[in-house]
Amino acid sequence: MNAWFADPTTLLLGAITGLFFGFLLQKGGVTNFNVIVNQFRLKDFTVLKVMMTAIIVGGLGIYAMRLIGMDVPLHIKGTALLANTLGGLIFGVGMVILGYCPGTAVAAIGAGSRHAIIGVLGMLVGAGIYAELYPWLKANILEVGSIGKVTIPEQIHISPFVLLIPLLIGAIVILPRLGKNASNPSRV
Amino acid sequence: MTSNPIMKLLKEPRWSPYLVGILLGVLSWITFATMNKALGTSTTMVRAAGGVERLVAPEHVDNEPYFVKYLGTAAEPKPVIEWQFALVIFLAIGAFVAATLSGKIKSEHVPDLWEQRFGPSRWFRYAAAFLGGMILIIGARMAGGCTSGHGLSGGMQLSTSGWIFMGAMFAGGLPTAALLYAGLRTKGGAS
Repeated sequence: MNAWFADPTTLLLGAITGLFFGFLLQKGGVTNFNVIVNQFRLKDFTVLKVMMTAIIVGGLGIYAMRLIGMDVPLHIKGTALLANTLGGLIFGVGMVILGYCPGTAVAAIGAGSRHAIIGVLGMLVGAGIYAELYPWLKANILEVGSIGKVTIPEQIHISPFVLLIPLLIGAIVILPRLGKNASNPSRV
Repeated sequence: MTSNPIMKLLKEPRWSPYLVGILLGVLSWITFATMNKALGTSTTMVRAAGGVERLVAPEHVDNEPYFVKYLGTAAEPKPVIEWQFALVIFLAIGAFVAATLSGKIKSEHVPDLWEQRFGPSRWFRYAAAFLGGMILIIGARMAGGCTSGHGLSGGMQLSTSGWIFMGAMFAGGLPTAALLYAGLRTKGGAS
């Protein structure tokens, strides 16, 4: 009925989640243009450290909750080999030019980045362009190699922990060796 | 100087990436277990763009299958501003609070690294930011998610799409960064 707003509880929960999410992105330094671009220049591994740690901790917790029988549904996005790959490549190019991804761009606005505002305006225009392209993309690109909402452990018939635990050990060994010093956000 | 260790931590401008990663992981446990939601952001750009189009040209939105998918039709609309939209708005507020606590909000028009490579022109930087944002969201929507939806949420669920996306994102980003910043001599990360 309401074309604009979801119910207040949903909005409140989203707002609280966003508040913590934005707070953490800022403290992690990943709302900083230099930190993000320097990740892609392989000069600063902060982005990789934050992401891999979040992935491993998040994955261990979510699959552990499911293991002990808690009702924690997964939210798997569909795999379409061509669209995931081509979209990811295009995304990577755009992310380096902008110096943010969508979440870190919005957070960076809160932390004072003015050019991130322009970047988000570009995203809105891009979303409009994508909606125009969508019928053609759906007919020609999006369904190519579509294999549904699958996970890697499902596909190779193993427990998720068989992937997560080696990933954890790998991260503990490798991440601290990458770029010993994070770039200082006030300098480059 | 404060003796309260929590306050001291909150005022730190920069936390360990491992601490931040762990807390983002815990935040995901909470959204999965209590809200039945996964962190994501880029669908909000579609809802926002579609919402604006709905205001100016409602009948056009009804003819855009991509907007209909997320926003419904004029006869049967779905809300524009839902859980993730609220999350995205409060991303900026969360970052504002974090930056304010460490007392260093300053406007950034042209980032240091960009200025070293491309000079101090604001308008050139703004044009690039606009173009980058446009390219990035087209890629994100084609892939079905971005760094948060595919990267963080997809990555932690070990979803096939998430890991393909992350590989492709670096495969696109690394050569772009090498080309754009070729020849730039900075210390970069190694301070």
